[in-house]
Amino acid sequence: MAALIAIPASGPIFAQAPAAAPRFVVVLDAAHGGDDAGARLGSEAEKAYTLALSIRLRSLLMARGFGVVTTRESDTSLEPGSRAQIANHANAQACISLHATESGSGVHLFVSSLAPVQNAHFDARFLPWKTAQAAWIMRSLSFAGVVNSALSHATVHVTLGRTALPAIDSMTCPTVAVEVAPEQSTNAQGPASLDDPDYQARVVDALAAALVEWRSQAREASQQ
Amino acid sequence: MIPRHQTVLFIVLLAASVIMGVLLWNQLRRAHDRLLRGEDSAPTQAPQVAPAEQATLMVANDADNTVQPRILSLPLPQNPEARARAILGKLLDLYAAPDAAHPVPGGASSIEQLFLVPIADSKGTAAPDGSELAVVNLTPAFAAGHPSGLETESLTVLSICSTLNANLPHVTEVRFLVDGEPRATLAGHADLTRTYLTSEDAVAAGGGL
Repeated sequence: MAALIAIPASGPIFAQAPAAAPRFVVVLDAAHGGDDAGARLGSEAEKAYTLALSIRLRSLLMARGFGVVTTRESDTSLEPGSRAQIANHANAQACISLHATESGSGVHLFVSSLAPVQNAHFDARFLPWKTAQAAWIMRSLSFAGVVNSALSHATVHVTLGRTALPAIDSMTCPTVAVEVAPEQSTNAQGPASLDDPDYQARVVDALAAALVEWRSQAREASQQ
Repeated sequence: MIPRHQTVLFIVLLAASVIMGVLLWNQLRRAHDRLLRGEDSAPTQAPQVAPAEQATLMVANDADNTVQPRILSLPLPQNPEARARAILGKLLDLYAAPDAAHPVPGGASSIEQLFLVPIADSKGTAAPDGSELAVVNLTPAFAAGHPSGLETESLTVLSICSTLNANLPHVTEVRFLVDGEPRATLAGHADLTRTYLTSEDAVAAGGGL
């Protein structure tokens, strides 16, 4: 039987977060770690790349006044359930799962492929653990739209998709999975490898800009 | 002194040995030629035991994260399970080709078994619309050799589910096994523990978000 999680009865966490928490909380999940190295990226493992990306993005966000919760700060193993548990306890307004690969081009942006929960069947107190994200799909899609705009503005090639990723399927916050691949498109910036510092900076800056925009949208929504 | 008859015998035996050696070498060469001729005449294509039919393969492309239909003419058996396996085998053969847009090693032999099971309700009664669950059992070598990545693994799962639904519309759900056992992920990312609904995949394939 699926484990159940309890969340506040009055609706999505997002709606009541500004009153309860003074800071806008973002969860950064550096994928893999410990025994799980993830994909091979040349001489580097995906787990090291995502951790470096997470730390870099955390610094940028903290400088902009965000509350940042990271699922790991070192090379440690974490089960998908533990990642979701950390994110759900943080009552975050946005969650980003960070990945990297050598296949494809640019940034691959994913939202959970779970079907959205209809309002008539939505019980905010209890949700099945493995499909908890279903109640946040619409907000996750909106969040992905903001991230997509920011990355496109930074001339990063973006592809969009839906995926079944155990960690994000259990998260109870607007969540996207960001997979960074080498830039192979012939845009103004030209091709770039994963190691390219300029490319990394563009991706991280764009993600920070997206979260700033997402925060301003949330504040506008809460004032209405 | 060697008697005359022994000299004659020695010469006769030596001549016989030389003649037999020449004959043996000649026979050996002929046998080798026959072997080579036999290899040349061997069939280079598998015999077609079924008539060719059109099949729609939903082919993944890593460059733009899409799954696009490609219609091919294939010899397909009438048995639905064998038919589904043959179609997926062709799809994986495309991915194993050197210039594949979604490179995945393994090819057709990566599908160990494929079963179609009627979907039943909680009382065990089969669904009235005849919808079926496809259970795809992959080889351990396929999972071990699959490139690790969120996009590439999601595309593999999506293209298999979409291809099954495109050719066998009554297949509405898909489950994956590896070597007959449930497995957490394909290669570290895509969840293989869940039952995939082919209707969800159609949404996902229709342009991402």
